[in-house]
Amino acid sequence: MRILVGQGSCGIATGAKKTAAEFEQQIATLGLKGHVVDKTGCVGVCFLEPIVDVYGDDGILSARYVRIQPEKVTDIVQKHLIGGEPVESYLISPEDDAFLKKQVKIVLRNCGIINPEHIEEYIAAGGYEATRKVLTAMTPEEVIEEVKVSGLRGRGGAGFPTWFKWDAARKNESDIKYMCCNADEGDPGAFMDRSVLEGDPHAVLEGMIIGGYAIGAAEGVIYVRAEYPLAIARLEIAMKQAREKNFLGKNIMGSGFDFDIRIKAGAGAFVCGEETALIASLEGERGMPRLKPPFPAQKGFWQKPTNINNVETFANVPWIIVNGGEAFAAYGTEKSKGTKVFALAGKIKKGGLVEVPMGLPLRDVIFEIGGGMKNDRKFKAVQMGGPSGGCIPEELGDTPVDYESITKTGAIVGSGGMIVMDETTCMVDMARYFLDFTRKESCGKCTYCRVGTKRMLEILERITRGEGKDGDIELLTELAEKVKDGSMCGLGQTAPNPVLTTIRYFRNEYEDHIYRKKCTAHSCKALLTFTITDACVGCTLCAKKCPVGAISGKIKERHLIDQSKCIKCGKCEEVCKFSAILRD
Amino acid sequence: MTCKKDGCGCNAPDFAELSPVLEKYAGIPGSLITILQKTQDIYGYLSMDVIHFISEKTGIKPAKIYGVATFYTQFRLKPIGKNLIMLCKGTACHVNGADAIEEAVMEELSIKDGETTEDGLFTLNNVACLGCCSLAPVMMIKSADGDETFGNLTKESVKLALREIKKRGSEVNR
Repeated sequence: MRILVGQGSCGIATGAKKTAAEFEQQIATLGLKGHVVDKTGCVGVCFLEPIVDVYGDDGILSARYVRIQPEKVTDIVQKHLIGGEPVESYLISPEDDAFLKKQVKIVLRNCGIINPEHIEEYIAAGGYEATRKVLTAMTPEEVIEEVKVSGLRGRGGAGFPTWFKWDAARKNESDIKYMCCNADEGDPGAFMDRSVLEGDPHAVLEGMIIGGYAIGAAEGVIYVRAEYPLAIARLEIAMKQAREKNFLGKNIMGSGFDFDIRIKAGAGAFVCGEETALIASLEGERGMPRLKPPFPAQKGFWQKPTNINNVETFANVPWIIVNGGEAFAAYGTEKSKGTKVFALAGKIKKGGLVEVPMGLPLRDVIFEIGGGMKNDRKFKAVQMGGPSGGCIPEELGDTPVDYESITKTGAIVGSGGMIVMDETTCMVDMARYFLDFTRKESCGKCTYCRVGTKRMLEILERITRGEGKDGDIELLTELAEKVKDGSMCGLGQTAPNPVLTTIRYFRNEYEDHIYRKKCTAHSCKALLTFTITDACVGCTLCAKKCPVGAISGKIKERHLIDQSKCIKCGKCEEVCKFSAILRD
Repeated sequence: MTCKKDGCGCNAPDFAELSPVLEKYAGIPGSLITILQKTQDIYGYLSMDVIHFISEKTGIKPAKIYGVATFYTQFRLKPIGKNLIMLCKGTACHVNGADAIEEAVMEELSIKDGETTEDGLFTLNNVACLGCCSLAPVMMIKSADGDETFGNLTKESVKLALREIKKRGSEVNR
C-alpha cells in the first residue's frame, strides 16, 4: 500500500514530518513488505492536518485519515496495513469530506494527490501533455485564442484578461522577451499560491512554458517570496527534473523552442505585487512602481516586452490547453469564467483552501464548505481582497463570488483571501489593522499614499483608543478619496478600501467608538470595562495576578476592581476559573 | 569577521566567505538583492563594513545599497539572536489574537518587535504573513537547526515552546 502524508507548510507545522517518520520506522522495524511512505502537497483541508491517505495496490484511495499525530500511527499500521481493516475512528468524517466534495478542482487538481518532488507522478497525471500539444500542434496565435475562449482572467487581483496581456506582449516585436510569474503572494491572509507551488510546482512551470511560447519569450523568471522556503525548494527540484526531461532548456521536445526559467527570491515588500515595482525589484532596485504606459508588455524587464501573470493563472493554463477553453468557460458566470481558489481563514470552523466555480454565493462558500463560524458565533462580515479589498457584511451574503459582483460591494476578489469575522471582531480595529499594514508597505513615492495613509491611521488609532472626535468619520472619508485619487499605483489607490467599506456598512460601530466610547465587539482594550460578577467565589487568584493591584477582596468573598487603577490588560479574565469577569 | 591572516593583529574586516558570492554575481546586472540575501545568510545581518565591501567589489554606491537594504523587510542592519522568532501578524492571525501571542513573547523574553534578548538567544520579528492562515495564530522560529513552525498558538503554548528552546540552548552550552 502507499501511505501518503500531506507535507505542505501547514501539514509540517502540525507535525506531519514526525508522522511520516513514524510510519517509516514502524514499517522498517516490523519488516513489512510492499508499503511505501510518500509525501504530497496540501489537499486544502488545513484544519485536519496532518492528513494521511492510504492507497491500495490498485491505486485507489482506500482511507483518508485526519489529525494523525505520531502516537496514532501504531493503530493504523497494526489494524490497516497488517490487519487490512481501516481504523474507523481516525477516518475523515462525512461532514468534513463534504468540504472536498463540493469543490471543483482545476488549479488544485494535483495538490494532495501527487508527490510534487517526482516529475513522473505529474506526468502520469497527464502533466506536460499540454506542452506537447502546444509545441507540436498549435501556433502561438492558436494558444492565445484558446486562452481567450476560456475567458481566463488574472487571478492575482486585478482580473485582467490573460489572453489580452499575452497578445500585447506577442505583438511587441523584440529580440528578447520575458515571461514572469508573480509568486510574491503579499496579501496577509491568502496562501493559495504557496500551496500550489508546494503541491504542484510543475503545473506552474508548464503554464509558463506555454505562455512563453505564446508571447515568444525564451526566458522565464519566478519572483517568489523569501518567506516561502519550501515553495522555493520544491520549485528548484521541479525545474531540475523538467530540464532533465527536456521540458525546459534548448529545443524543447524537439520543437525548436527554447525556454528556461530561473527563480528570483523577493525580499519582502507588498508593493512588489504591482507589475512595475516587481520589475524594478527584479532589476535589483528598490521596488517602486512607475507610471504606465509604457506597459510591461511594451517596456518591462530590462526595457524588453515582459508579461507577468500570477501563480494561479499559470496553473490553470495546462488544464485549459488539454481540456479546451470551452470546458473551462463552462464553469463560472458570464464575465467571470472558470474556478477560483479561496483561502478561508479567520473565525471560520473549517479553514483551508477551497476551489469553487465563480459565481457561487458567498454564504455557500462560508457555511456549506467552510462549516460556518468557530464556536457557532454569529457571522458578521468577510474581508475579501486583503488590504486592498473591503469588508462585505452578513446582509450581502448572497453576493455571487465573481469579479463584478464583489467589486460592486466595495471589496475586490483580489487574490482570493477570505478572512471571516464574527461578532467579536471590531470593524474599526480591522480598518486600523489594514491601514497600519498599507502605511508600512507604502513605498513613499506618492505623497497622498505616504502621508495620507499615516494620517488616516492616526485617526483610526485615536478612535480605537477612545479619543475619537466629532467629524472624524467625515475626515476619514475625505482623506480616503484623496489617497485614492492621488496615488499612482494600485497600493495607494486601494489602501482606503477597508476604511471606506467598514464606514459604509458598519458606521454604527464607528459612532459607538466616537460618541459612546464603546466597542460593541468588546475588542478595543481602551474602551473596555472589566467588572466582577456574582459568580465570583473569592478564590483571590485574580487579585494575586493583577499586575497593578487593582483588585481587592477577602477570601471567599466577591472581589472588586478599582476602575481608576485598572489598565484593562485582561489578566483577571484570563486566570478566572469561574467566568466571573465581565468585559463590557 | 576580522582579519584572519597569520600574525596580523589588525582589525580590518575579512570577508573571505563572501568573495565567491561576489565573484559569481558582481558581473550580473540586477543581482544586488541576491547578493544582499546571500550576505545576510552568511553573516546574519548587513553591517556597514560589509555594505562598503560590496560597494567596492560591485561599483554600486553604498548609498544605493543602503537604500535597497532598508526598502525590503527581509534585510537587517543589526545582528540577530540564535533563534529568530518570526511572529505572524497576518490578517487571520490578527483576527485570532496575534497581539496576545506577542504579549506572551514579551512577557517571557522581555523583548519587543525588532529586539534581541541580552543572552543573544532570541530575536523577535513581526512579519506580515507566513501563509499558514488556517493554523492562526502562527509563528516560525528560524535557527541553525532549521525552521520550525508553530500553529494554533495560545499564550501558554508559546511560552512552553520558548522555554523548551531555552532549555535546549543551555544544554548545548554546557
